[in-house]
Amino acid sequence: MKINPKLSQQLSYCILFLVTICAITPVVFIFFLIIKNGVPNLTIKFLTSMTKDGGIFPAIIGTFTIVVCSIIIVFPVGVFAAIYLNEYAKRNLLTRLIKLAIVNLAGIPSVVYGLFGLSIFVMFCKLGVSIISGALTLSIMELPVIITTARNALNNVPYSFREASLALGMSRWQTVKYIVLPNAMPGILTGTILSIARISGETAPILFTAAAFYVPHLPHSIFDQVMTLPYHLYITSTQVPCVSKTILFGTALTLLIIVLTISLFAIIARLYFRRHRKW
Amino acid sequence: MRKIIDSLTEKIIFICGMLSIVFVILIFSFLFKEGFSFFKHFGCIKFVFGTLWYPTSEPAQFGILPLIIGSFLVTLGACIVAIPIGIMTALYISEIAPKYLRDILKFLVELIATIPSVVIGFVGMIFFVPVVKLVFKVPTGLTAFSGAIMLAFMAIPTIVTISEDAIHSVPCHYREGALALGATKWQTIRRVVLKAAMPGIIAAVMLAIGRVVGETMAVMMITGNAASIPHSVFSPVRTMTATIAAEMGETVRGSMHYQALFAIGLVLFVITFIINFIADLLLETKRK
Repeated sequence: MKINPKLSQQLSYCILFLVTICAITPVVFIFFLIIKNGVPNLTIKFLTSMTKDGGIFPAIIGTFTIVVCSIIIVFPVGVFAAIYLNEYAKRNLLTRLIKLAIVNLAGIPSVVYGLFGLSIFVMFCKLGVSIISGALTLSIMELPVIITTARNALNNVPYSFREASLALGMSRWQTVKYIVLPNAMPGILTGTILSIARISGETAPILFTAAAFYVPHLPHSIFDQVMTLPYHLYITSTQVPCVSKTILFGTALTLLIIVLTISLFAIIARLYFRRHRKW
Repeated sequence: MRKIIDSLTEKIIFICGMLSIVFVILIFSFLFKEGFSFFKHFGCIKFVFGTLWYPTSEPAQFGILPLIIGSFLVTLGACIVAIPIGIMTALYISEIAPKYLRDILKFLVELIATIPSVVIGFVGMIFFVPVVKLVFKVPTGLTAFSGAIMLAFMAIPTIVTISEDAIHSVPCHYREGALALGATKWQTIRRVVLKAAMPGIIAAVMLAIGRVVGETMAVMMITGNAASIPHSVFSPVRTMTATIAAEMGETVRGSMHYQALFAIGLVLFVITFIINFIADLLLETKRK
């Protein structure tokens, strides 16, 4: 039996629409559940008191410190690597290898980064379980993401900009520094902000490199262990019996709010810059 | 003076460019360093095909077959759910949805991708696991099935974004040609657009598989962590990633157990390396 093509088109469109709704619904569901259960516990006291008083202040500070450290490390390296790939690299085997290495770095499981960080930073470099070990591990993990987004941003700068600059007698590095980089900066920054959101929620790489179950005080230096939000959520929800649900939901909601605010900011900034592009 | 600074900067840029290669080599060698001495003591075959994982008993057993099967089962389940949903969503977003809806949907998909896996694991543990227990009448809801569903949800954004890219980059004259021959829009999408975008879609699926295999936190919280060979999808399993994450904290540095976990890391490294390599080849041929 042959179905009328018009009818089958209608039918397939309906099915595709329903499937799309299916794919999207869980996210609404997750937000709803966490917000509904978490909001009652999201008080100033909860956010700013120490763990022994039932707060999560040390965990917030810990997450913040680690993320800031790792972005400071990875941002210049990633942008430089992207500049090399986009502006200097020739089409040869070496460039192909670098691209392959980036793809593979991006695909390595986060827990394997944790193992690597444990063996090189904690053990080999004798940095111990500390903020700096965790930050270094996270920066290596985030390196391919930063390189890829920065490279896209550089690539989007029209070629004529470079030609005009070179024609005026600028050197290659001057062209990059004064023409290409400033024009690519909005794209690079939004990409970086998105990856800040991502590393704030990462748990596996810092499991054995930086995170501690309980630290009675705030970190004094970058060689201290810290509590972090995602690890705190994991450990209290799985290993500690009879923790009240409201504390767990409060932690989850705080983490979700931090991550989503950062990424929303980046997504909106990206839209804004696309509208106001010079070319 | 300026020339010196410039050439110095360019050298630094070159070094930064090389760093990715250096890191891949470093990661491999550090995993290999710990893993290799384990292979030497315990034996490769016994490690991969051993059916018992009792790292702390006397004598200790380090067979990772249950863990491999656990990872495989969860990944397979997630793929069966996520691949059709992901591809259909990508098709809807890029070919059918009206402009305003397309932007909203893309935004939501991007939002899913940013939810931390520990949050997804937490929500799954509190809400989804009891539902599985109730509906399928199993003794515990912490099963491979629950893990697979949660992972499918996490894999969908990867599949959607990359397939959407691939579908979007199918040249317009392909569509025009099909429509001019009298095909309906749906026939065009199904027979022409989908076929032309296939390499990109397969790459998207490969990358999603890579992500699912490597996912740690959500899996550790939901799949029940039983390191035995599962009888069905409704029994608890333990994946390779979860084993590393759960046991590394308790091992003595430098012990056999510690090295065994690095050996698992090495296996994971090799698996994801192969998957990503194939995906990259597919995307590269597409570009040409």
